[in-house]
Amino acid sequence: MTTAARRTVTLTVNGAARSAPAEDRTLLSDFLRHTLRLTGTHVGCEEGVCGACTVLLDGEPVRSCLLLAVQAQGRTVETVEGLADDGRLNALQRTLKETHGLQCGFCTPGVLMSLTAAEREGLDEEETAGQVLAGHRCRCTGYAGIRAAVAARHRAPGGPRQAPRGGGAEAAG
Amino acid sequence: MSLRKGSVVKPPVFEYMAPATVEETVRALARHGARAAPLAGGQSLVPLLNRRRVRPDVVVDLGRVAGLDTVRVADGAVRIGALARLRTLERHETLGAALPVLRQTVRLVAHPQIRTRATLGGSLCHADPAAELPALAVALGARLRLAGAGGERELDAEEFFRPGRTARRPGELLTEITLPLRDGFTHRFVEIPRHAHGGLPLVGVCAGTRREADGTVTAARIAAAGAADRPLRLRGAERALTGGPLTEEAVARALDAAASAAAPPADPHGDAAYRTALLRTALRRALAAAPHPGTDPKERA
Ligand SMILES: Cc1cc2nc3c(=O)[nH]c(=O)nc-3n(C[C@H](O)[C@H](O)[C@H](O)COP(=O)(O)OP(=O)(O)OC[C@H]3O[C@@H](n4cnc5c(N)ncnc54)[C@H](O)[C@@H]3O)c2cc1C
Ligand code: FES
Ligand code: FES
Repeated sequence: MTTAARRTVTLTVNGAARSAPAEDRTLLSDFLRHTLRLTGTHVGCEEGVCGACTVLLDGEPVRSCLLLAVQAQGRTVETVEGLADDGRLNALQRTLKETHGLQCGFCTPGVLMSLTAAEREGLDEEETAGQVLAGHRCRCTGYAGIRAAVAARHRAPGGPRQAPRGGGAEAAG
Repeated sequence: MSLRKGSVVKPPVFEYMAPATVEETVRALARHGARAAPLAGGQSLVPLLNRRRVRPDVVVDLGRVAGLDTVRVADGAVRIGALARLRTLERHETLGAALPVLRQTVRLVAHPQIRTRATLGGSLCHADPAAELPALAVALGARLRLAGAGGERELDAEEFFRPGRTARRPGELLTEITLPLRDGFTHRFVEIPRHAHGGLPLVGVCAGTRREADGTVTAARIAAAGAADRPLRLRGAERALTGGPLTEEAVARALDAAASAAAPPADPHGDAAYRTALLRTALRRALAAAPHPGTDPKERA
């Protein structure tokens, strides 16, 4: 039997270079939460279904429970902690709050990261409310509030495309 | 569960390798044989690792292998590297124009957040009998290229998918999938989902016919997902449709032939009779969606 190999994982998280040892079998979700202490990323099912653990890897939404931390070696990761600017909620976060798009908040970090990616890509309202939200399980809201947030963002002057691109640097504030 | 640093692990211990070339990958896989698991998108393998349903000694990450994710449309065929992500296939414009059914089917698979990672090769090697892409590969007559220590071989999709497993030998790497562009054929994928969106369907059908201007069906290629212990080519249904117009009687004969070929699993989502009834529905819808000869192909979804 092999022993648990460890190596140093170096990656950029929310604009800052981070480096820490991890076992090869450590999931990115656990590396973020337990090693880097970024507990904003939530973990529900650990089989890709619920979406709570969704983060952006090089700008794309992925399940952090289905990635090994070593697979993110040298890559850029964005988590929900990177969205607020100096403690001030960003426009998307404020909208979700105003439309009651969250209750217990367990699914919210993942939903926010998926919606952030959808806005940067310029996905339309139908694609976002259909395909993108289908990738998240919310046990509280019945989705009505989340869909209202998507609709409100698409009605907002300047629209959802205002979300900063490339995340990292700007978001880290 | 404590928050002590590094104390939380789910998958069993394994050795992790990330080779950079196909040659290195094949060597590593050959050395470890059945004890090695290639890791592509990880969207099926990592859930199995997390639940410790599989315990490979070595995980060979394909994510850093160069040149395995290309997409080429040329010489009457589409050639797709095994590591091409579903998201790439969904957005590839040349591919979408050449083979619309591929994009249409990819969008039925899982969710955008899964498709950013999941690969075509991973879906075919995982070979869930209810998965969409293996059924599409059988319906279109895909060829799969496998690389092993002893060299390369190419298999038809129908030879690749065996009852409950694939013909891939331990140590072999799937490198490329060739989908022939069949002149005059238009395929559609229709599925009956478990939920509204994403997740494996209860059943799915990929069906295509080639028709003459007068409506006579000259050929049909049909395969089903969720209808047996592997993606199932529905030859009886193909024969029932060929040689005449797509009449209600011909469709009824095809549905009967499909139902008698099916041997679907039974589970809490539905028994075999229910799934067979759904197969008839999916096939009927797929055939109804076939465009009539002479209509503008751009009107297809
Ligand atoms: C929430 C969720 C929903 C899903 N919904 C669907 C769905 O609706 N329909 C569907 O079909 N699938 C669905 N899936 C499965 C998803 O499509 C998988 O990602 C896919 O089946 C496997 O692709 P992968 O690249 O992630 O492969 P991996 O998980 O990396 O590998 C899968 C298997 O294939 C082997 N393998 C991978 N690549 C190669 C290769 N090149 N050569 C040799 N062996 C290889 C691996 O060793 C492993 O055994 C879903 C998954 C999740 C998590
Ligand atoms: S914890 Fe990753 S998808 Fe549920
Ligand atoms: S707000 Fe509770 S799960 Fe979504």
